[in-house]
Amino acid sequence: MTDHHSDIDSVSGKSTTGHEWDGIKELNTPLPRWWVITFYLTIVWAIAYWVVYPAWPLISSNTTGMFGYSSRADVAVELANLEKIRGGKMAALGAASLADIEKDPALLALARAKGKTVFGDNCAPCHGSGAAGAKGFPNLNDDDWLWGGTLDQIMQTIQFGARSGHAKTHEGQMLAFGRDGVLKPDEIVTVANYVRSLSSLSTRNGFDAAKGEKIFAENCVACHGDGGKGNQEVGAPNLTDKIWLYGSDEATLIETISQGRSGVMPAWEGRLDPATIKAMAVYVHSLGGGK
Amino acid sequence: MNKTVNPKNLTPADDSGPLYAARKKVYPQSVNGTFRRIKWGLMAFCLGVYYLLPFVRWNRGIGAPSQAVLIDLPNSRFYFFFIELWPQEVYYFTGLLIVAAVALFLMNSVGGRIWCGYLCPQTVWTDLFYAVERLVEGDRRERMRKDKSAGALTLKRVSEIVLKHATWLMIAWWTGGAWVLYFSDAPTLVKNLVTFQAPMVAYAWIGILTATTYVLAGFMREQVCTYMCPWPRIQAALTDEWALNVTYRYDRGEKRTSVKKAAELRALAQQVGDCVDCYQCVAVCPTGIDIRNGPQLECIQCGLCIDACDNVMTKIGRPKRLIGYDNDINIQRRQDGKAPIYRIVRARTVVYSAIIAAVGGIMLYTLATRSLLDINVLHDRNPVAVELSDGSIRNAYTVRLLNKSGYDRIVAIDADGPVNLIIHVVGVDSVTPDRPMIVVPRDSTSELRLLVTAPAENNPEKSIPVHFHLTDIGLGVVASTTDHFVAP
Ligand code: SF4
Ligand code: SF4
Repeated sequence: MTDHHSDIDSVSGKSTTGHEWDGIKELNTPLPRWWVITFYLTIVWAIAYWVVYPAWPLISSNTTGMFGYSSRADVAVELANLEKIRGGKMAALGAASLADIEKDPALLALARAKGKTVFGDNCAPCHGSGAAGAKGFPNLNDDDWLWGGTLDQIMQTIQFGARSGHAKTHEGQMLAFGRDGVLKPDEIVTVANYVRSLSSLSTRNGFDAAKGEKIFAENCVACHGDGGKGNQEVGAPNLTDKIWLYGSDEATLIETISQGRSGVMPAWEGRLDPATIKAMAVYVHSLGGGK
Repeated sequence: MNKTVNPKNLTPADDSGPLYAARKKVYPQSVNGTFRRIKWGLMAFCLGVYYLLPFVRWNRGIGAPSQAVLIDLPNSRFYFFFIELWPQEVYYFTGLLIVAAVALFLMNSVGGRIWCGYLCPQTVWTDLFYAVERLVEGDRRERMRKDKSAGALTLKRVSEIVLKHATWLMIAWWTGGAWVLYFSDAPTLVKNLVTFQAPMVAYAWIGILTATTYVLAGFMREQVCTYMCPWPRIQAALTDEWALNVTYRYDRGEKRTSVKKAAELRALAQQVGDCVDCYQCVAVCPTGIDIRNGPQLECIQCGLCIDACDNVMTKIGRPKRLIGYDNDINIQRRQDGKAPIYRIVRARTVVYSAIIAAVGGIMLYTLATRSLLDINVLHDRNPVAVELSDGSIRNAYTVRLLNKSGYDRIVAIDADGPVNLIIHVVGVDSVTPDRPMIVVPRDSTSELRLLVTAPAENNPEKSIPVHFHLTDIGLGVVASTTDHFVAP
């Protein structure tokens, strides 16, 4: 191989790079000038980028760039702007009464939208994303309410919770009649069948209805009321309807009666601002079961 | 007789050059003639429409935009004179694109790249920029001379260059400016633009389009057509032997020689062509090619070479249209002594026209008969159905009511299915039992939560169809949709 640049290709008359592979030589065709310029510009651009924008990682942080640009700060500014835009609307929501919100299409739409997102963030883990509930966690779409289903009652439950430890929380216990030795096992079976009969569910063969009624009157009426219609003051469910929080089969009822139940709903006051709680109450009420 | 000319004897297009060659600057000469006049006319029309359309007003009533053509992005509306399109009607744009594409095919099958030569924005603006250049710097020869003596930067020359670029930039700037006017109320935006109160995005778009217009029409010119545009490649597949293309009629004889020589040769009854090799057709060509080499990818079919040659032929007293819109079939036929035939109506053009008519017809029909009241229903998926305490079943739906008309409507919603169904709209107390009434403001949508309950005594088995009807109380117009009611 000879000097690189004096090697001239005999066919085209152009100089070659002097590299040769299997007898094939590469013509020394320069890159188009615009291409080279663009290439250098990208390098300049990259260096400028390093300098102007936060880029170089340091041990615990990074260089801040020339103008202190930060995407986090940008987001904060945008969020603040959004808050400013929405602030008025949320204030209107906070000022309006619950009933008025439901009457005003614009406020209702806002409350439902706001309530839906807040519900998704805070309530969905227990009640499900569509508020359909689960065993032990009430379905908020139906019309059965342990603590009442009016707008005010729903809002109160969200604010203070149930058995949450909050000073104003809902209180009330389903006692453990079996564990605490109040009722004997056979009595529990009898009263369980009696409760099933209240909502026209099938009962065990040979079950003594009179005995069941007697046990119920002595032990359960205090909370569940005459005929088992329930009492929202103490969160005692209506035992005559079709909706069962923990299940209506005999085994579940026996477990409920012998072990007791005391599900907890946390208090949201203090964790969410009043307007948001209001929005959530309206949202839950508008799911369809609200009274 | 000197009738037959073997095309193989013509100078072939020179494609043996290097793969990469520096651009040879084109200095098209001005020319007068039929096609030039057509081009001026179409240019005035196209630019006129583009620049002035945003200022055309259209009365749509109070509160509605009064701009004839408006793309209202914030409110997702498109206004075109009497037409107002909503986002869910974007399929009209699909239709428009189909019509546009097939119209391009049709043009192509009739007259080759008419689009390229007369209507393409690249052509129109480049032509305009050339006109400015000619006005400021002079015609072909002068510009060539001035470019060559670049060293002689006299004051006059510098002011010429500055004037040219300033004018170009002004045109480019106004081109970008006109673009943004389609997206906002034009007079207001113009006012805001000059007082620097328009949104940043408007200035950004003006900047982008100013730059692209300036660069594409001022500097890149024919290179866009030759190297960047895909159409020359595609159109070759769409054209056929009947399409009229700008053609050098080599059947009018070879060889090419001077007027004097030709006269002498003719006197001797020798074979000689009409072309006097004056290179006028090359001088005027905006893409810098020689059409006498036959059809070429670069040719945008602007017809300027036809004008140039016609002028020459008139001067030397030979018949015009040595270059003209023609096809190879006719050249062959003339050589064989037959009369040329032109066929515009052929299977291809008929099919294209039929497609355009069909798609256009469907669009017009649906536009004319579309409902200005509509209901969309979305069944809640989570939960699908809810059992109430008395055993009845409830399904919830998100309902969207659309009122596309220019007035508020009072509408009633009904639901009917195989079983008795009770409906309720959240937030609405029904005056008429079970027939909620809602006000839908004009030109807007209302989203509602609709609850449908099947009483316990007639619980459906699993899934039954429900028909929702929306009735305009005043006008009695009805919109309907069907969904399902599901039992758990
Ligand atoms: S060859 Fe003729 S028709 Fe084609 S681009 Fe040039 S001037 Fe126009
Ligand atoms: S303008 Fe006409 S005569 Fe002149 S070179 Fe072109 S084809 Fe020949």
